[in-house]
Amino acid sequence: MKITDVVHRVDTQEKIKGTAQYIEDIHFEGLHYARTLRSTIARGRILSVTYPEGYPSITVVDARDSIARNEVSMITADMPIFARDEVHYIGEPIALVVGRDKDEIIAFMKEIDVVYEPMTPLFTCDDNEANVFTRRHYSKGDLASLEGCEVFEAHYKTPYQEQLYMEKQGIVALVAGETVEIYGSMQCPYYVVNALKNALGYPEEKIRVVQTVTGGAFGGKEDYPSIMACQTALAALKIGAPVQLVYDRREDIQFTTKRHPAFITVTSYTREGHVEGMKIAVKIDAGPYLGLSDVVLQRAILTMTGAYQIPHLEVAGTVYKTNNIFNGAFRGFGGPQSLFALETHMSRLAKRLGKDPLTFREEHFVHQGELTSTGGRFHEAIHLEEMSRMLKEMSGYPELDTEGHGRLVGHGVAVVPHGGGFTGDGEAEHIKAVVKLRKDTEQFIHILVSNVEMGQGALTALSKIVASALDVPLERIVYNNPDTRVVPDSGPTAASRTTMVVGRLLYNAALKMKEALQEQEEVVVTEHYRQPDYLEWDQEQLKGNAYLSYSWAALLARVEVDPVTYEVTCTDLYGVYDVGMPIDEKMLLGQVHGGVVQGLGYGMMEYMDSKDGLIQHNSFSSYAVPTTMDIPQIHTRWLINPYIEGPFGAKAAGELTLVGVAPAIATAVADALDREISEIPVLPENLLKVVTS
Amino acid sequence: MTQVTFTLNSETVSLETTLSRRLLDVLREDLGLTGTKEGCGEGECGACQVYLDGALVNSCMVPMANVMGREVVTIEGFSQTADYAKIESAYMEEGAVQCGYCIPGMVMATGALLKTNPHPTLSEIKDGLSGNICRCTGYQTIFKAVQRAATEEVDE
Ligand code: FES
Ligand code: FES
Repeated sequence: MKITDVVHRVDTQEKIKGTAQYIEDIHFEGLHYARTLRSTIARGRILSVTYPEGYPSITVVDARDSIARNEVSMITADMPIFARDEVHYIGEPIALVVGRDKDEIIAFMKEIDVVYEPMTPLFTCDDNEANVFTRRHYSKGDLASLEGCEVFEAHYKTPYQEQLYMEKQGIVALVAGETVEIYGSMQCPYYVVNALKNALGYPEEKIRVVQTVTGGAFGGKEDYPSIMACQTALAALKIGAPVQLVYDRREDIQFTTKRHPAFITVTSYTREGHVEGMKIAVKIDAGPYLGLSDVVLQRAILTMTGAYQIPHLEVAGTVYKTNNIFNGAFRGFGGPQSLFALETHMSRLAKRLGKDPLTFREEHFVHQGELTSTGGRFHEAIHLEEMSRMLKEMSGYPELDTEGHGRLVGHGVAVVPHGGGFTGDGEAEHIKAVVKLRKDTEQFIHILVSNVEMGQGALTALSKIVASALDVPLERIVYNNPDTRVVPDSGPTAASRTTMVVGRLLYNAALKMKEALQEQEEVVVTEHYRQPDYLEWDQEQLKGNAYLSYSWAALLARVEVDPVTYEVTCTDLYGVYDVGMPIDEKMLLGQVHGGVVQGLGYGMMEYMDSKDGLIQHNSFSSYAVPTTMDIPQIHTRWLINPYIEGPFGAKAAGELTLVGVAPAIATAVADALDREISEIPVLPENLLKVVTS
Repeated sequence: MTQVTFTLNSETVSLETTLSRRLLDVLREDLGLTGTKEGCGEGECGACQVYLDGALVNSCMVPMANVMGREVVTIEGFSQTADYAKIESAYMEEGAVQCGYCIPGMVMATGALLKTNPHPTLSEIKDGLSGNICRCTGYQTIFKAVQRAATEEVDE
């Protein structure tokens, strides 16, 4: 086949029929169920836990059952599998209650008595060093040397965002002979392997992790499954039977990781209508454990200048430790927060300077060959001016449709990047991806990677890349859900790296296999990641090429605001995307629509707050995500710009589609109301404050 | 425990259960029909939709007491029909499926919509599927799939 051939997604039919087996649908012989006993206070010492008598078929698994280490190892291992002496957030797991009968488990849990000695919790970002996890900083030029500039300082605030994957978190652990086996809904099977190696002290051969059909993840199943896997593995080892831990929806919303709330201060230094310098401070709330937060912070600050060349720059970021819920990965990974602040600021500046917001942006665009904000070089072609031109053409800019039939109409733009793959030297130094292709004696080609299908289309995209590189029919490609007993570690399914990085390795492997295609016997080709040698990175100084390549989006949102209720409708969202070569347009459109709608939720609907450490919006009714009634017309165009290192020219796409939507909508609302906006989501009650202040 | 008898996908079933149990749990746990999904458990997402006497309902909100003597059709039953076949091929053709978790419910809702309104407008489609949350697709391709299933052609 050819890469341009239009295909049906390979996993579709069974999902439509309802025969696809998600973790909760799979039958395991002798399955036991588990529920989590959780802390009810935000911080304190556990003085005692008293379990009820008279439940012979119930087993409790807690910190006393720890085997090698009571730690969940992610980047650091600062989180316990089960809280032992102290708790640090509401909902922190203290034990699993395991049994065969769900009602009995609930009855047992009602009788558990936990006595705490409360300690003073911290719910806000506090600059006392004891409450700071990490600080990161980089600079460029010499901000202090700037003279005669107009200084404009503004503060921006973004809320939690919940992934709200439709399939809740779910893991099953069992023991097969000497081996602990984990099945479940996840993005990163080898993260789970590594967490289990640390927790159990087992060698890798005695651990097997199998991803099951995953009903959405969006980052929410990047780190969290490691926690559940450690807990259920201990339970399965204790009772000698399979143990299933599936959260109920409220539990999943309240106690699993979310997008970090962020507080961003942008101070711009403008001279003769041009931004000469920026000073930026990004603060994010990690919750009590570091998890992925330092990595999220790095992407946030490294994305902070967006699509613009700012000569003088100081960027600082801080990760704070609090007793709120701990946060993690969500599509965009720090980018949505930064880009909301930056893009809103750019539009505010343009307005203050009396300039057209798109023209003002164009005057600051980065170009190929120039230095990035961290002193690396933009090696690839960048076509931002052309994207801006296409955006104008498709939206009719600047002759925009302002007829709102009694409603206030506004337009907002955003031009944003997304750096593909892991930050800095992450791909080369930490992930070190390995992929394999195996041709069996029946002439089927097996893709052996640890990257998962979670709805984004990895199965189809990677299968197509291999089939096209080999020029064989798609039906000859076999790509099963990863089983770590069979597949090498090609890294996590994250950072929009699957098509771009893993796809390229598979492409290389396929080219090597091509000569052997006619042979009868089995052939295996292994391919290791190598960083292109024109890229350099200094992780200590944050200097060099922060990303392998950049994808770009230029967006324009049209909104209508009810002048009485301040309800916002986004009627149209125009977008031009540079994702390199769009190798499967249908699937990419699916990513665009999905990303736009999640970004729209983030910008105008999804409000989640925490009070005294407890998430207040814990259900589908209190946490409103976009329904069919909230969907704008989505107009999409591609800027074709093949990326030399990508498979068939493809670059990162999945996260790019989300990151610029909220600022486009928020600035459109600001335009409609003729007010400045510095906080999302643009809910009526928030807008009322903006208008009356 | 009470003996509950009802029709399920054209066959009579009879089982012992408590009347307060949710139809969703009986389908999934007692009868092994796992095509019906639980997204929210409180009537807000549509992932658990089935037909009860031909009407679209959220099975997480239906106690078994309300099922006695009535007729239930799940995705397993609906997928045997000609109406379903048209919907399936439209969903495939439009690439309307991503993670798939909302899809059986979405298909049931589509079936119910097209039954009462064989040629829905876009706004009628939005209305008809407004009880079904999809977090992946942004709904666009689903709208097109419904149009395709209705007309065998799509407005671009
Ligand atoms: S699970 Fe029944 S409506 Fe969501
Ligand atoms: S396809 Fe994932 S929720 Fe709809």
